[in-house]
Amino acid sequence: MFGEAQGARGMRHRHRHGWRGETAGGKLSAAPSLNDMAPGTTCRIKRLLGQGAIRQRLLDMGFVPGAEVAVIRSAPLRDPIEVRIGGSFVTVRREEAARIEVTDV
Amino acid sequence: MSETTKRRLLVALAGQQNSGKSTLFNALTGVRQHIANYPGVTVDKKSGGYTDGNLRVQVVDLPGTYSLTSFSLEERVARSFLLDEKPDIVVNVLDASNLRRSLYLTFQLMEMGFPVIVVLNMMDVADRRGLEIDLRSLENRLCVPVVTSVGRKGIGREELRAAIRRVGLDGQTVPATLNYGDLEDCVVAIQSQLSDLPAVTGKVSARWLAVKLLEGDPEAERLLSDSFNNTRGIVDQARAARESFEDSAGVSTADHIVSCRDHLAGDITATCVLDHNKEKTPLTERVDRFLLNRWLAPVFLVLTVWVIYELSIVQGYELTKLTWPFLASFRNLTADVLPAAGFLYDPQIRAMGLWLVDSAITLLNYVPIFLILFALIAILEDSGYMARIAFILDRILHRFGLHGQSTLPFILGGVFAGGCAVPGVMATKGIPDQRARLATVLTVPFMNCLAKVPLYTLLINIYFVETKGLVLFYLSTITVIAALLVAKLLSVSVLRNMETAPFVMELPHYHPPTVTGVVRRSFDRTWLYIKKVGTVVVAVAAVVYVLLQFPGLTAEQRAHHEDRAEAAITKFYQDMEGNALASAVSDQDSLVHLVNVYTSYRAEKLNAGGKEASAAIDEAYREEHPEFFPFLKRSKEKASRDAARALKTLANNRKTIRREMKSERIVNSFLGQIGRGLEPVTQFANFDWKINVALLSSFAARESSVATLGVLFEQAEGENKTLEERMGAERKAAGYTGLTAVAVMLFFALYPPCLATTIMVRVQTNSYRWMGFSIVFPTILGLTVASLTYTIGTALELSGIQMMSAVYAVALIMLLAVGFFKRPFGVALPLPRSRKPAGETAP
Repeated sequence: MFGEAQGARGMRHRHRHGWRGETAGGKLSAAPSLNDMAPGTTCRIKRLLGQGAIRQRLLDMGFVPGAEVAVIRSAPLRDPIEVRIGGSFVTVRREEAARIEVTDV
Repeated sequence: MSETTKRRLLVALAGQQNSGKSTLFNALTGVRQHIANYPGVTVDKKSGGYTDGNLRVQVVDLPGTYSLTSFSLEERVARSFLLDEKPDIVVNVLDASNLRRSLYLTFQLMEMGFPVIVVLNMMDVADRRGLEIDLRSLENRLCVPVVTSVGRKGIGREELRAAIRRVGLDGQTVPATLNYGDLEDCVVAIQSQLSDLPAVTGKVSARWLAVKLLEGDPEAERLLSDSFNNTRGIVDQARAARESFEDSAGVSTADHIVSCRDHLAGDITATCVLDHNKEKTPLTERVDRFLLNRWLAPVFLVLTVWVIYELSIVQGYELTKLTWPFLASFRNLTADVLPAAGFLYDPQIRAMGLWLVDSAITLLNYVPIFLILFALIAILEDSGYMARIAFILDRILHRFGLHGQSTLPFILGGVFAGGCAVPGVMATKGIPDQRARLATVLTVPFMNCLAKVPLYTLLINIYFVETKGLVLFYLSTITVIAALLVAKLLSVSVLRNMETAPFVMELPHYHPPTVTGVVRRSFDRTWLYIKKVGTVVVAVAAVVYVLLQFPGLTAEQRAHHEDRAEAAITKFYQDMEGNALASAVSDQDSLVHLVNVYTSYRAEKLNAGGKEASAAIDEAYREEHPEFFPFLKRSKEKASRDAARALKTLANNRKTIRREMKSERIVNSFLGQIGRGLEPVTQFANFDWKINVALLSSFAARESSVATLGVLFEQAEGENKTLEERMGAERKAAGYTGLTAVAVMLFFALYPPCLATTIMVRVQTNSYRWMGFSIVFPTILGLTVASLTYTIGTALELSGIQMMSAVYAVALIMLLAVGFFKRPFGVALPLPRSRKPAGETAP
């Protein structure tokens, strides 16, 4: 669980540089995450970072490796984001979206 | 089993949240249901039953879950119910419009070895969205019976009952099992080992446990060690298999397992569901392009809140004017039924009975407002817009340790002056994040509930006549600011180690709410308010009554008042000397009776609407008390005129004496003593014992504060001033200023929740410690803020309105500081080290 705390802090660091900041130190991993995707784009989930309840919750909502996700929009205050996965619309905070590694379709 | 005894069948209803499970449960069991909590947790356990021929079916509604892991409270509850109670059948309710994701749970239930019946609920929604589901091939793929239903309309109930009957009588169906691909060999190896252990197989399905062990589920390991001593071998084998699989496949076993489930779900959906609208943009999305548009979203949000405020609070208030006469006549009726009042001393039962009725009707007076408010909120929830509000506001709320879904509790609690913290606290149930949920529970009571408003209005009318609007604005927004700041404070302090969850929320497709659904929810919530608030408030009102009534007057005080009463009566008889009507009141008893009749006559006349009603009352009294009527209604005859005048004087004298007695009784009372005892603490806020007593009594119900002040600031003889004028005059004499008013109002805004709310906090957190915290913390906070306000304001020689503005500015600056600057205020919330069930972390 300590690893998650580190991750969260790293992400905050990244937020300060903007959502798509490419800062080396704060990045969770080198691969792009759902957080980096602009509204209107579609991507495929590669894997989920982290573990425990947060990961499980994402899995339950359909954020399963291999699933296709379309980013629909950001909330008026930029966070959270709305995505379409399967037939449903799901919102996820950028903090959590950053845990979802994706590949372009 | 003889033919007459009915066979019992235990059926569990499992499914995701929002799958319409509860509606289906209601349809299935009718009204015969029972709601309780699962032991030790705050999750509702609904059970009900029905009889089908010789079957006695008991249905238990499990908490809504997406899967059966051990991560969330609901899932733990659902899972332990399934494992411990071993239902005969599990009815799995699926959202037909979202089949793929719903199937994950179905697979897990089947893996656990239960006979499963799949119900495709919300078929109408699926139809509307152009989804065509091939039921026969779904049945073939799943190898379980599939039934369709529209729970909201009661469609599909008989089919489901028939399926339950069929499966219940036939016994086991053979469910299909999910193939885990590359992991399948490991699963089978561990499964076969487990199958050799009767202690295990008697309890759970070996295959399910094997998969769970491979996933590394800690509860599965515990389950194994519970039923069997030497578990190390199997656990180690599972771990070794997990590690070697991860090394070779490059993905975690857990990821692989969910992928397999998703893959099969996707495969089944692809073959069984035909999407006619695949290429079209769904209606929901087209609507959301407007409602969730970056610039329009806040506009729609503000508009929605305004409409709720206008319809429920403003119009609802108008409605209470129509319902009030009914409550008032109920009060008058009670006054008639209870033993008659004495001239000075009332029978204890009468005084207490009226006191209780008064507290009850003050609360009942709000019922129309709540009916409208709750109906509107039900519309927001059912239509799907409430989830969008959470989406829009989550960014702000999350910054302060709250959650997008905290919006609903705050609206119910009265964000904009009006609401009630009891349903507000209750509505926190839906927040999945424990930390945010508790922060919400503890801050909802800061909202301005309906009952806080009268005290504000009273003080504003005395001290801030010219700046009414501004002060009201300050008060209604400062509570929101305070709630956000306190939520942040609590999240980084006492709540920091609470379990937290991500904000991953489905935005449901829009669908029109049904009239029955909305009306039902509105009535249910209002009824809950009446029941919970009513019973608690009446009970506490009884305690407060005792505290205010005893030990009562001293012997000298009694003697003094009795002398005055004697003098008043003597004067009455002097006035009546030579009057022909005097014969009606020849003795003391009939005189007391006359005065009582006069009092209730006046009360009824005051309550009467219109001339006709007033004339009807006259007629009724003329008939019932012909001998007294000339005293009541002034006529042209001299005898009657004199008699009426004499009676009025007597009644006024009596009123004055009784009021003074009441005041002295409160001064002597236990509560009065407590109030005085608190003066050393409250002096810094310039609260004297009268204010203390009012604030203490408002713990029972906020409305009491104004009523108690009304008694404490007595009307002098012959005067007929409003409470505002009286308080204003007395307060000037006692050295109260606008600053005192500001201190009182701020204290009242931050004051601990009323007793009914604290009981609700207890119910929702399942912990007396949090309940205690919800009382102690705001008291200290409120007193600190009030003392600082008064002391600083006095030192700087500021006026009330200046100080109020200063406090507001400080609060606003703090809010912006916490909101915009991450450090040092916005330190990242730490993630908890270990999971703890709600309420176990000591504050």
